[in-house]
Amino acid sequence: MLRVCLKGANSAARKCLCGNGVPLHPLQQCRSYTSGGSGSSAGKIVAASVLTMGGGVGGTILYANWDPKFRANVEKSIPYSDQVFGLALGPAAPPPVINKPRKVEPVQISSMSEVWKDSKQPKAKEVQRKAEQPDAEGPPAPAPQETLEAAAKCTECEHEPAVKERPEGEVAARLAEQDKAEQDLLTSLSSNLEDALGSTAKVTLQAIGAQEAALQAIAQHTRQLREAMEAEAPPDKKSTQWRVLEDALSERSRSVDEAGAAVLKAKAELDKLRGVIDGAKHLKIAAARPSILAAEENLHSMVVDLDSVVTRVQTAQSEAKIVSQYSELVNEAKAQFQKELNSITPEIQANWKGLTGKLTQDDLNSLIAHAHRRIDQLNRELAEQRVREQIHIDSALEQQKLEDKKALEVAISTALEHNREQMRLEQEKKVEETREVMEAEMRTQLRRQAAAHTDHLRDVLKVQEQELRSEAEEILNSSLMEKETEYRRLTQDQLDSFTLDMNAAYARLKGMEEAIDSHVIAEEEARKAHQLWLSVEALNYTLKTAALNDPTEPLEGAVQAIKESCAEDEFAQALATALPSESLSRGVYSEASLRARFYTIRQLARRVALIDETRNSLYQYFLSYLQAMLLFEKAQEAPPAKLSAEDLDTFKLLSYAAYSLEHGDLELAAKLVNQLKGESRRVAQDWLKEARLTLETKQVVSLLSAYANAVGLGTTMAP
Amino acid sequence: MANEHGQKWDRCLADSAVKIATGLGVGIVFSVLFFKRRTWPVAFGSGVGLGMGYSNCQQDFRSPYQLHGHRVKEQ
Repeated sequence: MLRVCLKGANSAARKCLCGNGVPLHPLQQCRSYTSGGSGSSAGKIVAASVLTMGGGVGGTILYANWDPKFRANVEKSIPYSDQVFGLALGPAAPPPVINKPRKVEPVQISSMSEVWKDSKQPKAKEVQRKAEQPDAEGPPAPAPQETLEAAAKCTECEHEPAVKERPEGEVAARLAEQDKAEQDLLTSLSSNLEDALGSTAKVTLQAIGAQEAALQAIAQHTRQLREAMEAEAPPDKKSTQWRVLEDALSERSRSVDEAGAAVLKAKAELDKLRGVIDGAKHLKIAAARPSILAAEENLHSMVVDLDSVVTRVQTAQSEAKIVSQYSELVNEAKAQFQKELNSITPEIQANWKGLTGKLTQDDLNSLIAHAHRRIDQLNRELAEQRVREQIHIDSALEQQKLEDKKALEVAISTALEHNREQMRLEQEKKVEETREVMEAEMRTQLRRQAAAHTDHLRDVLKVQEQELRSEAEEILNSSLMEKETEYRRLTQDQLDSFTLDMNAAYARLKGMEEAIDSHVIAEEEARKAHQLWLSVEALNYTLKTAALNDPTEPLEGAVQAIKESCAEDEFAQALATALPSESLSRGVYSEASLRARFYTIRQLARRVALIDETRNSLYQYFLSYLQAMLLFEKAQEAPPAKLSAEDLDTFKLLSYAAYSLEHGDLELAAKLVNQLKGESRRVAQDWLKEARLTLETKQVVSLLSAYANAVGLGTTMAP
Repeated sequence: MANEHGQKWDRCLADSAVKIATGLGVGIVFSVLFFKRRTWPVAFGSGVGLGMGYSNCQQDFRSPYQLHGHRVKEQ
């Protein structure tokens, strides 16, 4: 945007320049115009850009308000945009919480309850069907099975209540009670089961026997019927045959009824047995399981046998039906023929075969014609029948197929049921086995745990015993030690007191001896101090021998005397050697002589005050002399406590030094003279050296005398 | 040290006097012999003497402040 502005300005300026080509002032005017012109277009550009940016920001905010993901993205990528969004839209909504796992459990429970419901429904349905068809074999078998399974499932889902802990004695008592109760239950249960099994087996065998008898009866009847149909026995034999047949028929029906009743009874017994087994299962005693399993197996086998026998009876019955139908048809045909014959020759009786001699020719002819007609009719019927036969066969086949299918389905279902039952029994057996194995394992583990527990207890007890023993020992030891220390302390006290007395006496003796010795020593010391003092006094005296302008005598002798007198005293020796050698050999000037000399030095220093390393021509000398003549300072001026820069002037220094000399302070005078510079310093050097010597010697001597005084004082004060 | 100053002055004056006198003498001689009894050689000679004396005096007074270099003979 800025560049655009600049470009606009430049182009406008150039145009203006090119356009005009006139010197400076119009250019300046032009410049103002161009700035104005570019200003309007720049303003437009600025306004446009502001609008665009505002639109972009507003659009972003609106879209972020609508789409939280977009808002999150923008907040992540552009810093501080979350604050802007917060201002404009309020805080972002938190992401939705996933609560899938919570929904799973109710579904499971509902599935269980549904299973239970479902299992209830077929039971109800089966009960209904059972009521409808008392002879049906299929439904009762699956129904009780399903009730069994449903009952098992229900018992399993009911068996999940929480187990509470009880105290040990109570637990043991309860366990014993439980065991006893279990045992009782077990015995009663097993007895029940056996009774039920026995009765059921008996009844089932009875039923099977009855069925076998029925089968036999049916087979016999069928055989006889067939014989009766096929054989063309004489009439009297026929009637016996028919009678026998009737007997057989009645026999068969009776045996069939018996068999049906027996089956019903057997089924009732089986149901009872199943009920008992269910009850046993409800009690849930582990030990009873194998017997329950065995009972179930027996039940199953009985059911299977019963079913097979019943199916056999059914097939026999169907065969018998066919045969009876055939016999009926034959009888019907015979009756028909007889009727026709009777209609043609009404006179002829039933026994017409023996009447051949009585018949006339017409009768014979009519009979033969009738016979021919009958034959033709029969042939026609036969042909018709043959044609219909095919159709009938097809329909019969189809029917047969349907019936076969139905029968197959029924057979399949029963077989499936049997298989299922068998598999369930096998599974239960396997479960039982594994359960036994696991119980045995658990027992071993528990035994192991108990053993570990006893070991642990033993270890803990051992440790405790040791601890207690050590404690007791410790106490014993400590009390013993106490008594011992007490005894020792007492003896020690006695010894100590005795030793103290002895020591005191000895110390006093020693003290007395020492006092005497120290007296001797003190006397010696006093003598030495006296000697030292005397020699120092001699030194002092020599110092005083200075004449006005001559030095003192050499101090050597006196110093030698001092050295001899205090041969053992290191301090005095050191001091004695600290004297400057010149003082020893030549002697030192006295203060008075130095004072006198100072005045000549002062004059000279005044005269050469201007001369130093840089200014040392003769002209300077002339000037310096002039200064000394013309400059007047105080003869003596008290030096201040501190020297400032202006006090370092030669004349001032000299007057300070004079003052201090007049007041006896040679040291200060020497210090002040030491502050001189240049030629003045050079001329005063000699005097300064002498002054130093004197000062040194005086210092040492004063130290020595002070030391001698101190020593003397000290010795005189000795006890 | 104090005396040195005085001694220096003594030497200086003596030396200057001698030099001036010598200069004067030489100047007179030259004036008489070579410069037809003009006065300028006398003045010149005495000036030369004075100057030499001054210079010597100055040198003497400066002597403690002047450093002297010695040629160390290599052996």
